[in-house]
Amino acid sequence: MSFRMNFVLQCFSSMSWAAMNWGLFKIIYRHTGEIGRGTGWHEDEFFIFLGTIWIINSLIQTFFMANAEEFSELIRTGNLDFALLKPIDTQFLISFPRINWAQVPNGLLGVALIIYSMINLHMDPNKDLYFAWFSIPAYLFFIGCGAIVMYSVMICLASTSIWFGRNQNLYNFWFYITNFYRYPMEIYQRGGNIGMALWCTFTFVIPILVVSNIPARILAQPLGTPWQSWEWQLAGFAIIASAWSLWASRWVFRKALLSYRSASS
Amino acid sequence: MLDNATTWWTFFKISINERLIYRADFMLGTLMRFLPTLTQIFLWWAIYDVISTPGGTGTSAGPDGEIAGYKYGDMVAYYLMVIISRAFSSMPGLTRGIANQIRNGEVKKFLIQPVDMQGCLLMQRIAHKLVYYLIATLPFALVFYMCGDFFIDGWPSADVLVVFFASLVFSFLLGFYLESCIGLIGFWFLEVTSLTFIYMLMNFLLSGHMFPLDLLPGAIRSIVDFLPFKYLAYFPAAVFLGKVEGAEMYYGLAVEIAWVFFFIVLSRVLWWRGIKRYAGFGG
Repeated sequence: MSFRMNFVLQCFSSMSWAAMNWGLFKIIYRHTGEIGRGTGWHEDEFFIFLGTIWIINSLIQTFFMANAEEFSELIRTGNLDFALLKPIDTQFLISFPRINWAQVPNGLLGVALIIYSMINLHMDPNKDLYFAWFSIPAYLFFIGCGAIVMYSVMICLASTSIWFGRNQNLYNFWFYITNFYRYPMEIYQRGGNIGMALWCTFTFVIPILVVSNIPARILAQPLGTPWQSWEWQLAGFAIIASAWSLWASRWVFRKALLSYRSASS
Repeated sequence: MLDNATTWWTFFKISINERLIYRADFMLGTLMRFLPTLTQIFLWWAIYDVISTPGGTGTSAGPDGEIAGYKYGDMVAYYLMVIISRAFSSMPGLTRGIANQIRNGEVKKFLIQPVDMQGCLLMQRIAHKLVYYLIATLPFALVFYMCGDFFIDGWPSADVLVVFFASLVFSFLLGFYLESCIGLIGFWFLEVTSLTFIYMLMNFLLSGHMFPLDLLPGAIRSIVDFLPFKYLAYFPAAVFLGKVEGAEMYYGLAVEIAWVFFFIVLSRVLWWRGIKRYAGFGG
């Protein structure tokens, strides 16, 4: 709390980023009723999706982002030696030392947006929103899966700094990759061959599309209830995918550590 | 005068060489820049697909229907053109560089040497940009060739092209002097990182980098039109796509030039006032 002004400004800027995003889709929905014909992503459903994205982003940026950057720096300066010497799992050690509280408001904003949109959906006589006691735990569970996948992607990206000496573009890479998970997966599925290729890549290879889509579908139910069978399959896949990506991140991390040759001194 | 010219030429050459070190990294970075556009292409397809008439006259360039005067092709073309505008007007690291030099005392060297700080930085930027265009032409040409279909109206007329190029050159100058001014605020506040970030966000929205400004609701639009930001991304793209035409186009260019002069003067004032109160911390 020593740089209070900086903290306030950081909160302010991450929240205005969220507000800008919200504004863009508010404008888009002035012109269209739905994103993707027949997908069910109407305004309120989509804002549940958007809120979900904010929550996952905020989790990642609060807990992992600063640490991944720190990890890059440890490699460059050679200070990773000290982390390696400690009798504790290295991946655990470098993943969690710092928490960036300034990114929390963003997540809260996401929660607020979701609650607001859920209420809207409930008031809407044309919509039959199915909301059971297990919706919330299921939602949280899949948000957790999502955070695990995103964490794994970030660890893999950060590990590359061992090979490149330094990964200054970590944040850029991150931005470019997460760019693909910020929209409902239907927009790729209907986008011809390139779209399908992208959809497959970001569902099966780097499973970032499922992490945002599954939790959002639990609350928003764009295609109504009960879920279609492919939605169930995708949810099952999301669980496997998060376990798989966590394992993959460990593998990449260890592989990268083997190439670590310290620096300086 | 001649002495001066050789000084600047030397600065220019050094910067060019400095920039050529990381060629491959550069080209890759340029291609990466188009990734967000890729998602935009799909997002807008999904949107236009809904508003198009069912079984209607969708062309090879995509579904029909218009949003704020933009057909689907226009929308994608706009995002592509904005990348070109940004290639001229974006100044990565300029603000932070100036602020850091002020904070760690490096700025002293410009007080001692007979070299002007802004002139020096401007030379560096021109060199960096030229190298950038040299290397980025290839990936840009590739992407634009593949996306040719999105430009529904084809090439604009010659006079529009002239105004387009002029607006790009001035958007470079505008970007440079505007961001210099923000960097020079470092004389008053030692920490400008957050300020830079907020500027970046504002710029993203107000310059039209995020979406065409024509989409904004009327009242907000008229405020945004008064601000200098739109010349950093929206204006050149809109000129190229024929969204701003005739007298309005020339008027826009004139306003852009006026903004450039405004920020040149402002940055000089900030510089002179800044060094007056400068205390020279650091070694």
